[in-house]
Amino acid sequence: MNSFQRTIAAINHKEADRVPLFLLLSMYGAKELQIPIKEYFSKSENVVNAQLKMKDKYKNDCIYTFSYAPVEIEAFGGEVVFVEDGPPNSGEPFIKTIEQISKLGVPKIGESEGLKRVLNSTEMLKREVGNETPIIGVVMSPFSLAVMQMGFEKYLEILYFRKDYFEKLMKINEEFCVLWANAELEAGATGICMFDPLASPNIIEREKYLSTGYNIAKRTISRIKGLTATHLASGISLPVIEDVINTGTSIIGFSTADNLEEIKKASQNKICLLGNLNAVEMLNWNSKKIQEEVKNIINKAGKGGGLILSDNHGEIPWQVPEEVLLEISESVRAYGKYPLKRF
Amino acid sequence: MENMNLLSKKFESALLEINRIKAAEIFNKCFQEKNSFEILENVAIKTLERIGEGWEKGDISLSQVYMSSIICEELIERYMPKLGVKLKDTPKIAIGVLMDQHSLGKRIVYSIIRTGGFEVLDLGQGLSVDDLARKTIDNHVEVLLISTLMLSSAIKVKEVKEKLIAQGATTKIIAGGAPFRLDSNLWKRVGADADGKNASTIIKTIEVLLKGENN
Repeated sequence: MNSFQRTIAAINHKEADRVPLFLLLSMYGAKELQIPIKEYFSKSENVVNAQLKMKDKYKNDCIYTFSYAPVEIEAFGGEVVFVEDGPPNSGEPFIKTIEQISKLGVPKIGESEGLKRVLNSTEMLKREVGNETPIIGVVMSPFSLAVMQMGFEKYLEILYFRKDYFEKLMKINEEFCVLWANAELEAGATGICMFDPLASPNIIEREKYLSTGYNIAKRTISRIKGLTATHLASGISLPVIEDVINTGTSIIGFSTADNLEEIKKASQNKICLLGNLNAVEMLNWNSKKIQEEVKNIINKAGKGGGLILSDNHGEIPWQVPEEVLLEISESVRAYGKYPLKRF
Repeated sequence: MENMNLLSKKFESALLEINRIKAAEIFNKCFQEKNSFEILENVAIKTLERIGEGWEKGDISLSQVYMSSIICEELIERYMPKLGVKLKDTPKIAIGVLMDQHSLGKRIVYSIIRTGGFEVLDLGQGLSVDDLARKTIDNHVEVLLISTLMLSSAIKVKEVKEKLIAQGATTKIIAGGAPFRLDSNLWKRVGADADGKNASTIIKTIEVLLKGENN
């Protein structure tokens, strides 16, 4: 059974040969190639080279074409700040005043060098892996992208008090998100992981989410021409899992703070779970701890399929030692074989 | 006359509804009830603490915590000149965001400290290790609150601490932000003096730290 078949079985709530493993490795590729992160992301070939190497090295079940969250901000004309040991971050918000939203347009995918590099990587990787390994493309949700566009404080102001500007910005973001997601699918992505941390009640209360971000996600997902996952990037998911299911997505990235038994029950035969290893704590995990963590997730959420083992945030930090990732991979193969045994 | 407990609960509801006008009306009732600034400060801080606890439990959102802290700060500042009250400027407290432009966490903590009656210097966001250390030294900061969003920045708190020590500063560091919430021992590993993951209890954290007890 190959990675693609294993993943599709999990999504369809069927038990494959084992639980699939998605190590979401983005900037970690620079570490693999031993080059600076900025240089790594400057050429599609680097990403292709590293993704293929890491797929084999860690026996990873996915290819992750995600570069960095603010690649979309670059497309809008915003700034990206590179650091030597972490994910590239968005610079100062490019929307300085609320009124600026009126002048904002939808960026053209073909005019952004950063987006074009991601599409090139996707095309090249598709040629390499064909239908054997799923290729995961990434978009920011229209609802959550605004935090990077204008800063959280200003965004909350329009979300709560300036409905007119909120709706204008969401219209732009929605159009951009659909274009970007479909371009990635066309380039060869198997599915799209939409990061939507603001969907978590940790960030926005459910009532507000239901009247805003939920409808936006539902509309956006219905226009994306392929499989989607919704990732809450460390935010708790259980209180909104029914809502996220109703947006039409197939997979949910959940938090270490979510109760595994309860989220399994809530997701059974409805949505596939993606998670939930603690990506920050794993820096210091030893062999025993890694095995315990992997076993715990598989024991509580693996039965009947519907689980892809991954981290809770959607990106493996630069600081995580390779040995930890190798051990995670080995543990999934040791303890994640179907039919599951209780370890 | 409504009792203070009931008013306090109504105040909390108004904050969670993000209803500035209603919150101001209830706050004024609290003032009329007791005619004391200390009572106002107490109502605001205790309410923010309860809201913070609600966030810890996952019952309240970060946006509600933020909005509540801003409203409380505005209300407290409205009454201060009327009553001739000034913010306490000792110890010298400062806050900054290390290597990130996301300043929501900083803004929440800033408002809570001021609501609690302390002056706090805003050192800004997107600060490098050198910038933050220099500003801390230049301003003779005694308690430095460092806000971070990403793990790579959280780890650099250690470098800030080392730079301060190298220059003879005895500044106490309180580290907060998402990475510290995901790893409850991270603050110790980066050499911070206290864990600032819980914004709503930040005043208590500062007081405990200055008494020489670690949390």
